[in-house]
Amino acid sequence: MSKPIAIDSVSKSFATKEGSLLVLDKFSLNVAPGEFVSVIGSSGCGKSTLLKIVGGLLPATSGTITVNDNIIDRPGLDRGFVFQSYSLFEWLTVKKNILFALKKSRLSGKEKESLTLQFIEEVGLKGFENAYPQELSGGMKQRVAIARALVYKPEILLMDEPFGALDAQTRGMMQELLLRVWEKHKTTVLFITHDVEEAILLSDRVIVMSSRPGRIKLERSVTISRPRNYETTTSNDFVAIKRELLESIRQETMQTPGLL
Amino acid sequence: MKKFRHLFELRENISKRAYIWLGAGFIFLLLVLWQTVTGLGLIRPLFLPPPSAIFTEAVRQIQEGILYVDASSSIYRIVMGWGFATLFAVPIGFLMGNFKFFEGLFEPFIDIVRYMPVVALIPLTILWAGIGDFQKFLILFIGTFFQQVLMIMDNVKQVPKNLIRVGQTLGLSRFEILRSVVLPASMPGIWDTFRITMGWTWTYLVVAELVAADNGLGRRIMDAQRYLATETIIFGILFIGLLGLITDYFFKITGNFLFSWTKGR
Ligand SMILES: Nc1ncnc2c1ncn2[C@@H]1O[C@H](COP(=O)(O)OP(=O)(O)OP(=O)(O)O)[C@@H](O)[C@H]1O
Ligand SMILES: [Mg+2]
Repeated sequence: MSKPIAIDSVSKSFATKEGSLLVLDKFSLNVAPGEFVSVIGSSGCGKSTLLKIVGGLLPATSGTITVNDNIIDRPGLDRGFVFQSYSLFEWLTVKKNILFALKKSRLSGKEKESLTLQFIEEVGLKGFENAYPQELSGGMKQRVAIARALVYKPEILLMDEPFGALDAQTRGMMQELLLRVWEKHKTTVLFITHDVEEAILLSDRVIVMSSRPGRIKLERSVTISRPRNYETTTSNDFVAIKRELLESIRQETMQTPGLL
Repeated sequence: MKKFRHLFELRENISKRAYIWLGAGFIFLLLVLWQTVTGLGLIRPLFLPPPSAIFTEAVRQIQEGILYVDASSSIYRIVMGWGFATLFAVPIGFLMGNFKFFEGLFEPFIDIVRYMPVVALIPLTILWAGIGDFQKFLILFIGTFFQQVLMIMDNVKQVPKNLIRVGQTLGLSRFEILRSVVLPASMPGIWDTFRITMGWTWTYLVVAELVAADNGLGRRIMDAQRYLATETIIFGILFIGLLGLITDYFFKITGNFLFSWTKGR
């Protein structure tokens, strides 16, 4: 079976003024095709670092990452990325922001146009094609970012706390939207979040990371049937998994000196 | 006073009309005060002539064509001095903001020159280039370039790293990222730098013309001092202020037009 993402004992340390800071310690993780995997962990444990390495934006200090058996050493169009902060091109309209992602595509102008419009519709931004990012709410901005990361049909979507800055209500809507889009396109997703409920609701599998240096503290598969929606969060299965994950996170915080 | 309460809400906008009338009204008030003080003879015209005398002087300079000649030679110097400085500062500042290599290469040198007082360079440039236009270009270039290049470098560094990363994840080359991401993202900041440095260039020009020049707005002011023609001095100063204001508005308005996407900021 092919493995879209295989992270094989990846370590990463940064050179800082106080010496070398080990952020990831022999981190290994495999993600199956079409699987939705979430990584949760406390702030500063190395989640963004991990995702950047998978995205090819940052070199690992040691270890390898392969995507479909190709070793990753740079970004590629097989992986789409949605960043923690809003990172839209503010001088471009919604439509042009998404079209921008097709710069390297061999499609004809017409095909690019219709693909862009299709994705604008999928993320519910119809009517805002010609709006500038400044005119959009936070949730709408992140929808543009999602459409931009999906429009060139990457096999893998890497998302770094994409809904972290949104209020609870918008967040819920965005989660359902993401699930809809994911189910439709069968993308493999590696998703980073702080939010335990978000992780369970979205994922096939949840990884709890230890505090720095980041290792896998707990791995929990979520077999709750799909499609899931907001009501799922009150089901017994859901609550049981949540309790398990929270307990694991609590243990981790207790063990970490200086965090309490 | 209830009626005016809305004009004093904390940080709230007031109507555009009220805003403009306030600014115009204040200037008008100063003019009235000026006219009153001089009209009553409280200050001797040698020190401060009445506004009417300034106005008469303006009419005279326009009619005799002096103003046109002065202003056009000064503006020519500004355009050349600032233009050349900008022509070099934009690409070099852009490279410095994007590549540590170029920052490391140029910054120490630029920092040294930047702290040398431009005014003190005037004698040296006169020695090198005489007192003609070229010497003015030189002074304006030195005065403008070394500040501007660092400001442009900063404008470029303001572009969030994540925007560059987006470009990378979309498979763009370095050159494509510079052209399609960093350049448009930093343009509004660079435009503002243009506006600010233009003001400095004006200052340096007047200083350079005050010290030594055949003609120009600064030279006119210097001459007038010799003949105790205070109204010429004051008109000259006001006129330079007006030109500065116009260029400032030019950059503001073109900026708002070119970068309308920044409106909500
Ligand atoms: N370029 C860098 N140089 C030095 N240290 C860095 C660098 N990037 C990240 N770090 C450090 O590595 C650690 C992990 O950072 P990372 O951004 O991966 O955390 P995170 O888990 O994403 O946190 P958050 O939940 O707050 O986003 C932090 O302690 C951070 O200070
Ligand atoms: Mg992070």
